[in-house]
Amino acid sequence: MAGLMALVLLLVPVLGSAATAAVTQMPDFALEDRVREVAEGLRCVVCQNLSVADSPSDLAKEMRNVVRELIQQGKSPAEIRAYFVSRYGEFVLLAPPKRGFNLLLWGLPFLAIAAGACGVYFVAKRWTAQREPERAVDPEYAERVRRDLQERAGPSKS
Amino acid sequence: MAAATGSISWKKALIPLASLPLIALLAYGFRTDPKNIPSPLVKKPAPAFQMAIYDGEPISLGGLKGKAVVLNFWASWCFPACYEEAPLLESTWRTYKEQGVIFLGVDIQDKEANAREFMRRFNYTFPNGPDPGSKISIDYGVYGVPETFFIDRQGRIAYKHVGALTPDLLRAQLDVLLKEQ
Repeated sequence: MAGLMALVLLLVPVLGSAATAAVTQMPDFALEDRVREVAEGLRCVVCQNLSVADSPSDLAKEMRNVVRELIQQGKSPAEIRAYFVSRYGEFVLLAPPKRGFNLLLWGLPFLAIAAGACGVYFVAKRWTAQREPERAVDPEYAERVRRDLQERAGPSKS
Repeated sequence: MAAATGSISWKKALIPLASLPLIALLAYGFRTDPKNIPSPLVKKPAPAFQMAIYDGEPISLGGLKGKAVVLNFWASWCFPACYEEAPLLESTWRTYKEQGVIFLGVDIQDKEANAREFMRRFNYTFPNGPDPGSKISIDYGVYGVPETFFIDRQGRIAYKHVGALTPDLLRAQLDVLLKEQ
């Protein structure tokens, strides 16, 4: 019995390694999707505005490996992001967190659009207000125009 | 009439006044160097690591407690900055090595033959080793080479320098590290 147990114990690591070898033949698509999900939010620090998921650089590749390892260790995406922030600073996040000074970054474009709309509204209002109301025509002047037109039309008729 | 002109000048002043915060924001933005990103690790405990050493025993940071550490990230392909600071690192190491400081070089994303050629070229006598998978580099938030971390005797990162070291800076930082007990 003890011999059988020993044999089983000896075989377990062998079978285990065979299983992991089989797994490495095919990429684990579910895992790679999760790696990609996290890596898309991380900045490739040696690139210009490329994510760790999209960059072909060596460092980005190795950062993806670190992300993969952390996922395999059971870390959540938020924990992995926090790890990279603790090493590289917030700069490593492609989207700055919506708090503190960063709120300005997120809010200012909308504020500018609102301010522009207000500006257009007030300017348009002023333009329409400035248009002079149609003045009533002086009856004497209207009478003269009518007479002049009649005079001009007169000779051509005859 | 006087009231009307008063309100017009007040309105005219409003536009430049409203743009002041925007100008202040732009002035702040343009005066900051986007490449100068402060490391969140400064004043924090240095991340632990163990590394293989070219022609030497592996070194772990934990095993260096009580010593000041100058941790230099470099690569043989990093020209000219790494080539500029290499002679300075070696000569400073020779001056300071008896004073309780250890220089440690992390060679990143390099080919071993090229790295050895680099070390031969500058007669490196302090321990240097590779960083497979850039594990140490990422753990230290390294952006590029060269970067140098000054770790005090308590194992805290006292200072981080990006780019080639200068004699004045290296000496000043070493003096700070060695003054602290």
